[in-house]
Amino acid sequence: MSTAALYTWRKFKNAMMLSMTGLSLLAVIGVLFLILAYTVSKGINHINWDLITQMPAPVGEEGGGMANAIVGSLILVALGSAYGIPVGLFAGIYLAETEKGWFARTVRFLTEVLNGIPSIVIGVVAFIVVVLPMKRFSALAGGFALGILMIPLITRTTEEMIRLVPSSFREAGLALGIPRWKTMLFVILPAAFKGIFTGIFLSIARAIGETAPLLFTALGNRFWSTELDQPIASMTVFIYDYARAPFDDWNQQAWAASFILIMLVFVLNIIFRFVTRKTYTA
Amino acid sequence: MSLSMQDHNDQRSGQQAVRPAARALSLGGMFRKNPGDLIFENVTRFFAFIVLALVVLMVYEMTVQSWPSIQHFGFSFVSSSDWDPVNDLYGALPFIYGTLFSSLGALLLAVPLSVGVAIFLSEIAPGWLEQPLSMLVELLAAIPSIVYGLFGIFVMVPWLQTDIQPFLIEEFGWMPLFEGAPYGFGMLAAILILTIMILPIITSISRDVMRAIPDTQREAAMALGATRWEAIRIVLTGSKSGILSAALLGLGRAVGETMAVTMVIGNSADISISVLNPAHTMASVLANEFAEATSQLYVSSLIEIALLLFVMTLILNAIARGIVWRITKRYGAVAA
Amino acid sequence: MYDIMQQPLKRSSMSSTQTAEEKISVATDMETAPRMEALRLNAWYGKTQALFNVSLEIPRNKVLAIIGPSGCGKSTFLRSLNRMHEEVGGRIDGRILLDGEDIMDNDPVFLRRKVGMVFQKPNPFPTMTVAQNVVAGLKLNGMRDRKELARITEENLRRVALWDEVKDALNKPGSSLSGGQQQRLCIARTLAVEPEVILMDEPASALDPISTMKIEELIDELKKKYTIVIVTHNMQQAARISDYTAFFYMGKLIEVGKTSKIFTKPAHRQTEDYVTGSFG
Repeated sequence: MSTAALYTWRKFKNAMMLSMTGLSLLAVIGVLFLILAYTVSKGINHINWDLITQMPAPVGEEGGGMANAIVGSLILVALGSAYGIPVGLFAGIYLAETEKGWFARTVRFLTEVLNGIPSIVIGVVAFIVVVLPMKRFSALAGGFALGILMIPLITRTTEEMIRLVPSSFREAGLALGIPRWKTMLFVILPAAFKGIFTGIFLSIARAIGETAPLLFTALGNRFWSTELDQPIASMTVFIYDYARAPFDDWNQQAWAASFILIMLVFVLNIIFRFVTRKTYTA
Repeated sequence: MSLSMQDHNDQRSGQQAVRPAARALSLGGMFRKNPGDLIFENVTRFFAFIVLALVVLMVYEMTVQSWPSIQHFGFSFVSSSDWDPVNDLYGALPFIYGTLFSSLGALLLAVPLSVGVAIFLSEIAPGWLEQPLSMLVELLAAIPSIVYGLFGIFVMVPWLQTDIQPFLIEEFGWMPLFEGAPYGFGMLAAILILTIMILPIITSISRDVMRAIPDTQREAAMALGATRWEAIRIVLTGSKSGILSAALLGLGRAVGETMAVTMVIGNSADISISVLNPAHTMASVLANEFAEATSQLYVSSLIEIALLLFVMTLILNAIARGIVWRITKRYGAVAA
Repeated sequence: MYDIMQQPLKRSSMSSTQTAEEKISVATDMETAPRMEALRLNAWYGKTQALFNVSLEIPRNKVLAIIGPSGCGKSTFLRSLNRMHEEVGGRIDGRILLDGEDIMDNDPVFLRRKVGMVFQKPNPFPTMTVAQNVVAGLKLNGMRDRKELARITEENLRRVALWDEVKDALNKPGSSLSGGQQQRLCIARTLAVEPEVILMDEPASALDPISTMKIEELIDELKKKYTIVIVTHNMQQAARISDYTAFFYMGKLIEVGKTSKIFTKPAHRQTEDYVTGSFG
C-alpha cells in the first residue's frame, strides 16, 4: 500500500471508529427513551387518581387501582429503613473514622460483597430467617430483606460523604476541646448531611423498586392489609402480577404503575447526582 | 488498671523520673480517652459488626438449609439435568447453564457497546456534554428490574417474535444457535434485556478507568502523527485490566438479575444451544418455584441454588474489586 | 512549686546534649515557672521519626516562636502540645507537661480546652453562622444560656477586633467572611473556650499583608493574658512578635533563647545561617 493510500485508510478508519462510538451512545440513549416512551404511552390511560386511591378491582373487571400496593410498599420500605438506615449510617461513620485495621477492612469488603449479592438470594435468606420460623409470609420478612439491600449503599455513601468533608473542620472541632463524637455528630455530619441524606433516599428508591426479594417474603395481597405479620401487597409485585395477567386493562395498569415507579426513582437519582457533584473544594 | 498505667508511663518517660508531686495534681488521670468517645466508638463498631454478622448469617443459614440437598445429591446436583419435583429429583445443571449462557451472551454484546460509549464520553464528547450524557446512561441503571421485565414482555418479545427471529431462522437457521421456532420468549430475549441492564455499570467504570490514563499518553501519540482513533487505541491498551474488571462486575449483575429475566426467558428447564428456545436461570427458577415448593428436599435444593448463586457473584465481585484495587494503587483514585 | 519544677530539668540536662543546656539558660531567664514543657520528646508518623529528643520550656504569658525550614518538625512539635498529633496516627514518646501535669494522663478533650489551636488555613465550621462559630466550643460542650452565649460572642469578636466588621452579619455563614476575617473568627472561636495556651500554626501564611498585620497586633494584645506558641515561616514575623524563639532543624531543637539573642548572636552556626537567610 502506498503511503498516500495508507494515510487515506487511516483517516477513514479514524472517522469510522469515532462515529461507531457516537452511534453506540445514541443506541443506548435511544433505548432509555424507548423505555420511557412506552411506559408513558402504554400507561397513560391509567395514570390517574384511581390508580393511587382505589383498591384492585375483582378479577376480570376493569378499573380499580393499587392503593393497597402503594401503602404496602411504603410499609415495607419503612420496615427496611427502620434498621437499614441506622446500621448503614453508623457502620459508615465507623468506616470513615477507622481507616486501618483488619476489622474495618473486612467490614468494608463485606459491604461490597453485600452490594453484589443478587436480591433474590437476599429474599431466600429472609425466607429462611423470618418466614420459616413464623410459618407464614409477612410484611416483616419483606422489610427484613429490603433492609439488607439498603445497608451497603447507605454505608458506602456515608463513608464517602464524610471523607469528602475536609479534615480541617474535624481538626478545628477537636482543637476546641469538643469530643470526637460530638465533632462527628454536630460538625462533620451536618457538613456531609446533604450527600448522606440523598444517599439514604437513593437506597429507599432502590428498595421501592425491588421485586425479587419480596416474592416469597411479603408475597403480595389483593386486599387491604397493614398487619406486619401478614402477607402484604407492594407496587412491584403488583406490576409483576398485572403484567402476566391476561387482561389488557390490567397490563395497562402495570405500565401506569411502572411510570410512577420510574418517576420516583429518577427524581431521587437526579437529586442525588446534583447534590453529590458540588462538594467542598476547601 | 492504675498499676499497669503507671508502668506504661514509666516506660514512656524513659529514664526520666516520675515526679509524684506533679502526678498527684492530675485529677482526670483515669481517662486517657474521652469516655463519650469510647462509647461512641463502640456503638459505631457494633453497627459495623452487624454488617459482618449479616453476611455470616446469610452464608450460615443457607448452608444449613441446603444441607439435606447437598447430602442427598452431592456433586450430581450441579452435574445432573433432571429437575423433577414430582419425583423429588433435583439437578441444577439446566439453571447453571442458563445463567452462564445468558450472562456471557449479554456480556459479549454489552462490552463492545459499553466501551464504545465510554470512549465517546471520556475521549470525544466536549466537557459540557459529558456530564448530562453520562447521567442519561446511568439512569438506565436506576430503572427497576420489574420495568425492564414489563418492557421485555410487551415490547421486546413481540418484536423478536414477528421481526427478528423469523429473519434469523431464515438466514441463519442452519446454525444450531438459531435453530427452532419464533416463540419470542426465550434465551435471546433474556440476553438482550440483560445487555441493556449491565451496560451502565460497564460503561461508567470503563469511562473512569480511561479518564485515569494521563493526558500525556494521548498527546505523545498525537504528536507522533497518530490519528485520534490510534491515540484512543493506546488509551484502550492502558485500560485493559480496568475494562476487564468492569466486565466482571457487569457479569456479576447479569448472573444475579432476576425479574426481567424471569419474565422473558420462557422458563423451561431444558438445555439448548439455540438462543430461540425458552430456558431458565438460577435466579429465575428461584423466582418461579420458591414460593410454591412443597417438599423439604425441593426447598433445600432451591436454597442450594441460591447458595451457588451467592458464591458465584462473590467470586466475580472479589476478582473485579481486586483488579480495581490494583489499578487504583497504580493510578490513584478510580471511582468504581 | 518553682523548685519542684526545676529539679528534674536540671537532672535531665546532665545526661542530655548541648541543646538541653541551652534550654536551661532560657529557663533561668524566666521570671516564673514555665506554662508547658516538653521533656525528651520523640515523635513519629508511622515509621518516620519527626522529632528527636526535644526538650523545651514554654514560658508563661509570652510568645514563643518556632522557626525552621519545612519539614523540620516544628508543626509536629506544636501539634504534640495539644495531642492533635495523635489524631492523624502519630505517636510520641517522652513527656509533655502542662503546669506540671503530664498531658498524656488526661482526657485530650480537657487538654484541648486549655490548649487551644489556630490553624494555617482559616476553617470556620461550614454549616454554622458567624455567631454560632464563635460559641461552637461552648455550645457543643453543653452551654445553653442564650444571653450568656450572646455576651460571649460579642466579647470575643471584640477581642479579635472583628465585632464592628461583622455585627450586622452574625447570622451569615462563617464562610462568607473574607480570609482575614475568617482567621480572626477562628481565633475568637478559640478564645471563647478560655484556653490558657494558644498554639498557632502559621496563622497568617494564607493571608494578605493587611490581615497579617491585624493578626500580629492581635497576638501582641493576647500575650498579656495567654501563653502563645506560634509556628512561622516568616522570620520578620518571628522577630516582630515573639519574646522567645526556638529553631528546629531536621527534627531536632537546635537552639532556643530570647528572640533578640537568636536573631543577633545565635550560638549555633545552623541558626545563624537560617536567620540570615543562607538556607531554608
